[in-house]
Amino acid sequence: MRTNVNGEWREADIWPGASLLTLLRDAFGLTGSKNACEQGECGSCSVWLDGELVCACLVLAAQAHDRQVRTVESVADGQRMSAVQDAFVEAGAVQCGFCTPGFVVAVTHLLAQDPNPNEVQVREALSGNICRCTGYAKILDAVTLAASRLREDR
Amino acid sequence: MKTKTGVRGGIGQSVRRVDGVPKVKGEFEYASDLRRDGMLWGETVRSPHPHARIKAIDIRAALESPGVRAVLLAGDVPGKKTYGLDAQDQPVLAWDVVRFAGEPVALVAAEQPEQAKQAATKIVVDYEVLSPVTEMEAALQADAPKLHPQGNVVRQLRVIHGDPEAEAEVWVEGTYETGMQDQAPLGPEAGLAVPAEDGGVDLYIATQWLHADLEQIAPCLNLPPEKVRLNLSGVGGAFGAREDVSMQIHACMLALRTQRPVKIAYGRQESFYGHVHRHPSRIWMRHGATRDGKLINVQAKLLVDGGAYTSTSPAVIGNATTFAAGPYAVPNARLEGTAVFTNNPPCGAMRGFGAVQACFAYEAQMDKLARAVNLHPIEVRLKNALKTGDVLPTGQRVTGAAPVRDLLSRCAALPMPPAESPLDRDRMLIPGGAGNVGHGEALTRGVGFAAGYKNLAYSEGFDDSSEAWVRLSVDQEGPLAEVKTAAVDVGQGLDTIVTQVVRTELGVQRVLVRQPDTAIGSAGSSSASRQTMMTGGAVQLACQAVRDEVLRRAGTSIIPDPLDEYLRPPIEATRVFRHRRTGKLDADGQGDPHVSFAFGAARAVVEVDTELGLVRVVQLAVSQDVGRALNPQSVRGQIEGGSAQGLGLALMEEIELKDGKIRNASFTDYLLPTILDMPPVVSDLVEEPEPGLPYGAKGVGEPSTVVVPAAIVAALRAATGRELPRAPVKPDELVGIR
Ligand code: FES
Ligand code: FES
Repeated sequence: MRTNVNGEWREADIWPGASLLTLLRDAFGLTGSKNACEQGECGSCSVWLDGELVCACLVLAAQAHDRQVRTVESVADGQRMSAVQDAFVEAGAVQCGFCTPGFVVAVTHLLAQDPNPNEVQVREALSGNICRCTGYAKILDAVTLAASRLREDR
Repeated sequence: MKTKTGVRGGIGQSVRRVDGVPKVKGEFEYASDLRRDGMLWGETVRSPHPHARIKAIDIRAALESPGVRAVLLAGDVPGKKTYGLDAQDQPVLAWDVVRFAGEPVALVAAEQPEQAKQAATKIVVDYEVLSPVTEMEAALQADAPKLHPQGNVVRQLRVIHGDPEAEAEVWVEGTYETGMQDQAPLGPEAGLAVPAEDGGVDLYIATQWLHADLEQIAPCLNLPPEKVRLNLSGVGGAFGAREDVSMQIHACMLALRTQRPVKIAYGRQESFYGHVHRHPSRIWMRHGATRDGKLINVQAKLLVDGGAYTSTSPAVIGNATTFAAGPYAVPNARLEGTAVFTNNPPCGAMRGFGAVQACFAYEAQMDKLARAVNLHPIEVRLKNALKTGDVLPTGQRVTGAAPVRDLLSRCAALPMPPAESPLDRDRMLIPGGAGNVGHGEALTRGVGFAAGYKNLAYSEGFDDSSEAWVRLSVDQEGPLAEVKTAAVDVGQGLDTIVTQVVRTELGVQRVLVRQPDTAIGSAGSSSASRQTMMTGGAVQLACQAVRDEVLRRAGTSIIPDPLDEYLRPPIEATRVFRHRRTGKLDADGQGDPHVSFAFGAARAVVEVDTELGLVRVVQLAVSQDVGRALNPQSVRGQIEGGSAQGLGLALMEEIELKDGKIRNASFTDYLLPTILDMPPVVSDLVEEPEPGLPYGAKGVGEPSTVVVPAAIVAALRAATGRELPRAPVKPDELVGIR
């Protein structure tokens, strides 16, 4: 099968039952997407499939054939972190960090759709991402910070 | 303390995490991300029965399964057959008897993970199923099957203080329970074992305590400790779940047998079976007081379920029992604690470690007392609040900071959330609104308070230490300080604190924290809120030794600027930090068991839909005794995260057992607080430096988890008028069906 991952076409030979998450992590070595539950409950494996936000653990690798996948590894522009990534570090929204790639992807997606979400909208949009460490307060701060910086840049 | 001007990011500042950038980019390598060329995948076969005798195990089909390179049973354990943090009573692989559902019985290594899983299903174990002991009281009956040679009591202790028969004018009584909580660190257990040329093994592992793992692994492998080298891999949270060994010995056995690197990575379901949990508790208490609310006598009987093996149960029941009177001055007490063996999953360390369960009970009692003597909950607590110089039920005098009064009054005075009408608010802000279940018809608000405390570091005579190495050198970019310890950053931010300590002590901007391993001396565990004090202290001592040498070379009394010319050759120092010695308890629970304490107070505001039994926590306010905040942002992060785990225990988190078997081993069925469940947390840092601790800083990870469950359930009681003696509180209890 072949998939375009972060702008590059890649091929893999993988067993038919494998998930997109397994394809990314084990076949392509892109371990930024995490595997905390593999049941669609935690969002730690969030990626884009043709621009849509999905849990990679719930998508079959075969479903990504001939399609575009974007992972957390593509969010930074080389050495330059995105506004969302910067805000997560600055706001203290990272502890163990295992949930962080999933949150970075989900927040990037949210702010691309709605540059000025209110708090309730942010909570709703991120309700599929579990963080066990932070209690979410600083994640909310990070979203607010990133949103205001992105609006300033416009 | 001499901080050279111009150095940014010393202690007291909200410094950015040193590992923040790789973590947000997805580049940080966790144990589950490890790989090696030619690596095999290990799989664990576990008992489906909570109690059974193993009659035979047939591995022939598994050995012939595609890709299989090894199948190992108990007889293949090269050395000691059991391990454990306290008593070594847990089989590496069960032989004879299995004592809990999920107990490891066999191991497989295969070329591909799917092949290993396949082969594991082909191992046929012939069990003679025995009836499980799953109730604590039943386990203590004289005719109960003995699960271990010594019987079913893990540890029993009593604390007799003053005159336990002392009369009082007012008595209140109750029995309280807490459920079995899972730490649910987001990163599941994983590690990679690589066989070495010297016949030893290198293990890359996510753990809380490298040296305790080593001490358990080496004897089981029948290797001298120097041939087992542990290297820390990225840790995706811990909260106590990585205190005990999980797959460490298994991966090493497979690697040594196959002479290939072997990775074992649990999935979420296996993670629920593969680590210990928070002890369920049943606690009876009777508080006697004067008519105006002054405590005279506290009676308590505490029972916690240790499950199948010892793990850290002795220390957990030690904590729960010695803290059972709460952060109050109590002249007389009889506190009796028992940890029992059952055929339930083993229980051990989780954030709060025995203090959580005790707090849930004694704070419910304080509210009952407040009602009985007609005082506000805060008043009755203020009246009895512990202070420096007071004597605890163990006879230990509190010598450090104990700002309980301050915490209580400050917490009560933190801004309240505004009252909201159910009509003009977003549906998401209505209990049950997210699922469109609740419509806000029968909402009542309740406010609850709790105070509590927890020991810092290990207690009851444990000789606790941490070792640190610091090297100061110079390169093209100027001075560089390198630090190495065996202390684990589980996510709490220890590496950042260590960096701040070095900058403060040496006035050097560039600090590199090396990856921990067992080549250096033990740093002890990243648990019990101890690393800032222990490893922070060791790093401080090592820095001071380096600084002394700089001053000697420069012939000055302050660190010279520039420093470069004095650093050839580089300066190195290794130092060990020890806290003051504690002592064991005598037969009446008297002694000097704890090093130091951290106190906390919480206020919860909840809203309950009394028809549907749905809850929304509107706000949590936590005042915490932190000694000194070395990194205020990360201290608040600990309080918020600890509060979330407390909210989980109060409202939703429980491992459900049926006949000893876990019924909800997944994130679909074991509910964790999401961003919709978490209210704003107002955190208030009370800074009263602790004498004798580096910078006066107390550990900050646990107090919020200790007090928040009690505060939330108190608020639910205030809102509903119901007893609610058990956490987590279920919707049917809120509407009175149970
Ligand atoms: S790993 Fe995919 S949602 Fe949890
Ligand atoms: S930072 Fe650890 S799970 Fe979110």
